[in-house]
Amino acid sequence: MTRILYILQKEFIQVLRDKSMLPMILFIPVLQLLILSYTATFEIRNIRLVVCDLDHSSESRELAGKFKGSSFYNIVNYVQSYDEGAEWLKKGTAEQLLVIEPGFAKNIIHTGDASVLLTTDAINGSAASLMNAYGTSIINQFGREMAVTATGSAQLREALRIEPQFWYNPELDYKTYMVPGILVLLVTIIGMFLSAMNVVREKETGTIEQINVTPIRKYQFMTGKLLPFWIIALFELAFGLLIARVVFGIAVAGSIPLLFAVASVYLLVVLGFGLLVSTITDTMQQAMFISWFFMVIFILMSGLFTPVESMPDWAQWVNKANPLAYFIKINRMIMLKGSGFSDFSGLFFGLVFYAILTLSLAVWRYRKTT
Amino acid sequence: MDQIQAIEVHNLVKKFGNFVANDNLNFSVGQGEIFGFLGANGAGKTTAMKILCGLSKPTSGKIRVAGYDVTRQPDKVKKNIGYMSQRFSLYNDLTLKENFRFFGGIYGLSASEIKNRTVQLLDRLGLGNDSGKLLSSIPAGWKQKLAFSVAIMHQPRIVFLDEPTGGVDPITRRQFWDLIYEAAAEGITVFVTTHYMDEAEYCQRVCIMVDGRIDALDTPGNLKTNHHAANMHEVFLKLARKKST
Repeated sequence: MTRILYILQKEFIQVLRDKSMLPMILFIPVLQLLILSYTATFEIRNIRLVVCDLDHSSESRELAGKFKGSSFYNIVNYVQSYDEGAEWLKKGTAEQLLVIEPGFAKNIIHTGDASVLLTTDAINGSAASLMNAYGTSIINQFGREMAVTATGSAQLREALRIEPQFWYNPELDYKTYMVPGILVLLVTIIGMFLSAMNVVREKETGTIEQINVTPIRKYQFMTGKLLPFWIIALFELAFGLLIARVVFGIAVAGSIPLLFAVASVYLLVVLGFGLLVSTITDTMQQAMFISWFFMVIFILMSGLFTPVESMPDWAQWVNKANPLAYFIKINRMIMLKGSGFSDFSGLFFGLVFYAILTLSLAVWRYRKTT
Repeated sequence: MDQIQAIEVHNLVKKFGNFVANDNLNFSVGQGEIFGFLGANGAGKTTAMKILCGLSKPTSGKIRVAGYDVTRQPDKVKKNIGYMSQRFSLYNDLTLKENFRFFGGIYGLSASEIKNRTVQLLDRLGLGNDSGKLLSSIPAGWKQKLAFSVAIMHQPRIVFLDEPTGGVDPITRRQFWDLIYEAAAEGITVFVTTHYMDEAEYCQRVCIMVDGRIDALDTPGNLKTNHHAANMHEVFLKLARKKST
C-alpha cells in the first residue's frame, strides 16, 4: 500500500512540475466551454436571402417585407431574373432565393391561390431543412393573413391551435443542451490523454525498465498511475461545472454528489482505456494516434452533436460500447432534468461493466517482462 | 564452493525465432564476487543479463539468482537485486532526493531508511548539497554514479550493471570502479557487462561471450597465461579471431 503512495507522490510532483500542465488543466476547459458552447449550435440566424420580385405589386412587396422583418433573414440583394438570383446561390453569397412570379397579387385576390418559389442551397442538409422551415413558416403566415383579408373573418385562424410547451430548456437555448455534453468531452480528453501518454513516456525514457526490475506489483503500479489523473479529472469537472454556473447560468438541476459518483466511475473507464493504449504502444506518437482514432469515433457517435436516436440501427448498436454516449446522456439527465439514480441505473451499470473491463485489460496487458 | 552461490545458471537458452541469442550458458557467480561479462556488441550479454534480472523470460534452462528461481519466484529475485540499465533510467524531472525516495519507496524501505540511505549515498558521491537539484541539471558522468547509487540503495545481494560506463570519460570511469569496489567490500555481488577490456582487469573473474556462447571463463590472470597474452585486450582479440577463422 505504501508503494502506491510513493508512486502517487512521484506522479503528482511530475504533473505539477510540468510547466504546460497547469495551464492545460485550467485554460482548456474554459476555452472549450466558451468556444464550443457558442459555436456548436444548430440555430441559424442571418440567412442570406436574394429576392426576385417579378410581380412588383404591393402584395409581393409585403411578402418580401415579412422576410426582411424576420430576425432569421437578411436580404442581401434584389434581382430582376431567376438566373441572376441562381448566380448568387452558385457563388455561395446567398443561401436562399425567393422568386415571386408575375401575377402573384392578381391570383391571390381573384382565385385565392398563388405560388412562390423558394430555392435553398442544400449542401448542408440539416441547415437547409431548417432554412426551408423558417421560409415556409413566413410564407404560410403571410398566406393566412391574405386569406383573412380576402374573406374578412378571423375564424380560419382559430380552427386549429397548438400550444407549444418546451420542458427542461424553455428558452430553447442550444447552449443549455451543449454545455453538459461538452463538460463530458472535457474530462474525457484530459483523462484519456494524460493516462495514454504516461506509461508510454516511461517506455520512451527507459525508466520503465528500472521499475520493472523492482518487486512492485502490476496492480500497484497501475493504481499509482491511475489515481493522480482520476483526481485531476474530477477537479476538472468541478471547475467546468463552476464555469457552467457562472458564465452560462446553468445550475445542476439534480444531485451534485450523484453526478460526481457517476463521473468517478466513468473516469475509471476512460483512464483504464488510456492506460491500455499506453501499455500496448511503444512510442508517444503511436499512443497519440490510437487515442485520437478512438476519441473521434466516440465523440462523433456520442450524441453530443446529433441525436443517437436518429442514427441507423447498427450505429446505435455500436454505441452500446461507447462510454462517452452513456455519460453524456446521464450528465444531461442529471444537469438539465434533475433525474435520480433510478432513471439511468441501466446506463450506470453499463459504465461499471466497462470500468471493470478496461482496467482489467490494462493491468493484464502491462508486462513486466518482454 | 561451500557457500550458497549468488547466481547459478544451468543450460540457459534464449531464442528469438530462429535466432539463438544465448546458446546453452552454464556458469555460477559466488557471493561478493565482481564478475565481468564480456563480449562484442550482439554477443548476447544484455539478453542474458535481462533474463537474470527477470526482465526477459528464458526459452529454457534453470536459473537461480540470490537462491531463487527467476521464472518461478521473480518477485523474490527482484527484492534481492539491483539493476542499472544501459540506458540512463532515472527521472530527469525529479530532484536527486526525489529519485532516491521514489525507488527506495518502491523497494519497500521505511521512511527513515530512505532518509539515511539517501544522505549516505549522496555524501559518498560528494553531492550532499545538491540533493534538491533537478537531475536534468547534473552532468552525464555524475548521473551514471547516481544511477548506480540508486541501484544499490536497498542493499541488494547482487547488483547487475549493463555497460555502466558507456560514454563516460576515463577519470569518471575510474571513480565509478571505486564505487563498485566499495559495494563489493560491503558484500554485494557485482555482475557487470562491458566491452572496455581494461575494465575486465578489475574483475575477479571474467566470462567472454562470442556469438551467444561462453568461450572462456576464468580469472583475468589465468586467461592471460593460457592465451599467452599481455593483457585482456589481446585475450579478447585472440578468442574473436579464432572464431572468425
